Amino acid sequence: MNLRDTPEEAAFRAELRAWIEESLTDEVRRGRFEEAGRDWSRKLYEGGYAGLTWPKEYGGAGAPYSHQAIFLEEMARAEAPSHLGVIGLGMAGPTIIAHGTEEQKRARLEAILSTEEIWCQGFSEPGAGSDLSAVRTSAIEHGDHFVVNGQKVWSSFAHIADWCILVTRSDPESQRHAGLTYLIVNMHSPGVEVRPLRQITGEAEFNEIFFTDVEVPVENVLGDVGDGWAVAMTTLLHERGTLGFALTAALESQIRKLIALAKERGATEVQRDAIAREWIGLQAVRYTTYRSLTTLIKTGIPGPEGSGAKLWWSEANQRVTKLALELLGPEAQILGGGDRNGGYWQHQQLRSRGNTIEAGTSEILRNIIAERVLGLPRSR
Amino acid sequence: MDFAFTQEQEELRREARAFLEENPEAQLAELRELGWLGVSVPEERGGGGLSFLDEAILFEEAGRALYSGPFLTTAVVLPALPEVDEQAWSVEVDGFVPDLLHVDRVLTEGMQSVPAEGETLATMDETRPLGRLTSSDGEAVDGEWEPVRLRLLAALALEAVGIAQRALELGIEYVSEREQFGKKIGTYQAVSHPLADTYVETELARSLAYWAAFCVAEDDEQAPVAVPAAKAFCAETAVAACERSIQVHGGIGFTWEHPLHRYYKRAQWLDAFGGHAAVQRAVVAAALLD
Ligand SMILES: Cc1cc2nc3c(=O)[nH]c(=O)nc-3n(C[C@H](O)[C@H](O)[C@H](O)COP(=O)(O)OP(=O)(O)OC[C@H]3O[C@@H](n4cnc5c(N)ncnc54)[C@H](O)[C@@H]3O)c2cc1C
Repeated sequence: MNLRDTPEEAAFRAELRAWIEESLTDEVRRGRFEEAGRDWSRKLYEGGYAGLTWPKEYGGAGAPYSHQAIFLEEMARAEAPSHLGVIGLGMAGPTIIAHGTEEQKRARLEAILSTEEIWCQGFSEPGAGSDLSAVRTSAIEHGDHFVVNGQKVWSSFAHIADWCILVTRSDPESQRHAGLTYLIVNMHSPGVEVRPLRQITGEAEFNEIFFTDVEVPVENVLGDVGDGWAVAMTTLLHERGTLGFALTAALESQIRKLIALAKERGATEVQRDAIAREWIGLQAVRYTTYRSLTTLIKTGIPGPEGSGAKLWWSEANQRVTKLALELLGPEAQILGGGDRNGGYWQHQQLRSRGNTIEAGTSEILRNIIAERVLGLPRSR
Repeated sequence: MDFAFTQEQEELRREARAFLEENPEAQLAELRELGWLGVSVPEERGGGGLSFLDEAILFEEAGRALYSGPFLTTAVVLPALPEVDEQAWSVEVDGFVPDLLHVDRVLTEGMQSVPAEGETLATMDETRPLGRLTSSDGEAVDGEWEPVRLRLLAALALEAVGIAQRALELGIEYVSEREQFGKKIGTYQAVSHPLADTYVETELARSLAYWAAFCVAEDDEQAPVAVPAAKAFCAETAVAACERSIQVHGGIGFTWEHPLHRYYKRAQWLDAFGGHAAVQRAVVAAALLD
């Protein structure tokens, strides 16, 4: 056991830190994600820091997971925004790497890293949320293409997306997990209509997507026709942050800001206790992620200990953002009040309510831990 | 970065677990025979020449087995002595001495080695009584209390992880067998979800305890924060793990006959000794905010 950087890791960290120092401006740090994020993402790409663990032949750096962990730690320390291609980098890309054809990899992967192509995820439907196997959006094979009809909902970034990872039912007679096909769909195709949905925060980051006789070439099937469930599981594994680095980094950055706020505004004994509690929780997720990473490096499979990372993080982030509002006092009710960053914590607190719903609700994650990790009898 | 025990350490864990399952009441002398005392003391001072990380495994396993002898206190004192001796040791913290009547000598916060004489008080955890010394006059031991304190708190955190793990296992076993309303009770989410929470917290606690152990082993500058962080989280996790396990056991979990209450009382003992979680968090808060 050695929790310190190896010389090689230390060198990577030092080089990265210098690069961030030079590249990250205050404008980027404070700018709105959709605009500032695009420039920053390009810089990350040009610096070779986008897709660190992706294979070199598709624009990645082919680096070990430990570099990705260091990268995210340093980004959090510098309070840098994340790459704009959240869905592309975190879900579509890894799924294409795992199941895609050579042509699909060549055509799509590098464009994700450079933000030339933004992705969205079309999984949830009005009748299929926690139970993804209830999807009804249909894809009927017709010569060299599928004809897609149906509706998706809660699709983040669909309003700016060029491509969509879409779970469809290709066999109309099929039930549940069988008969599903996973497609990659060009969002600029005729028949695709996106309607933004206003969220609890007031902004519209997620959307409804309507598909009316949209033609999708058969080359755009990811994995095999009828085997969409297995492909979707790969996506969910990545979405739920099996490795937890990204979650740790996000929480680290929040807690740094929280501590700065407490120093600036003062904190009662009770608030000090609560802040210490959250900081301790952060170290706990961080080191659990490291344990899981070590298991991954040694065995090729992440250890089960990491399975609670998303569950813990989402609830911790909700507590942290509430704590920040409490530190702001009654001013927290005035729009943008008391907060140097103009409403940052108000926005974060509301946004955090989505954390226990998106990427698998907390209830579903507890079901998964109970059944698959603890081996308890199944509830369904 | 490599956050895993070595093959040898994993082997030590297997041996320790097997031995303690067979001999939960083993005498301290038997543990000494096995080489479990003075593990992290350099060989030239009569120790095992290994690290606190090896010792960490033993503390965790002792907790899991609810071992009741003065192993932990002896183990954390030995590195402070000029030479490993054959005596059983305890420590005096906040005026209390664990296992006073089962040890030979006591190391005080003032770094005095005092004969183990005094009165023993009945404790909630019957397996780990606390005593009060009648005199604190003894021989001065060279060195500082702080490293002893950090080892002690880290060891308590590790023991708490063992307790939490066992309480979880007992819960899993029970709800996988017991049926009510025609179904295994583990299928009810009101039963399974608290156990899932215990699992998540126990893994988090384990990571903190190993981090603290690493900091102690390496004399890392983070040790004064890592150790109280681990003590706070691990003790609270162990207490909550026992409470949830008692709840999912129903009436049987409330009996003297069932082992759970012993784990529960040990967990609370671990939280209290050396300062409850809130006391530890105050140390962390000061490091973060002042
Ligand atoms: C901010 C945000 C972004 C999102 N982005 C995307 C996106 O980009 N693409 C996409 O496809 N989807 C996205 N989603 C959708 C998200 O995946 C779903 O909302 C989620 O899976 C829950 O489905 P649902 O909303 O239909 O709720 P339901 O499944 O109807 O759940 C309602 C409640 O019932 C509980 N429940 C349901 N089943 C069970 C069970 N078996 N046991 C116990 N409790 C249960 C749930 O936990 C929840 O509390 C996003 C959601 C949010 C909030």
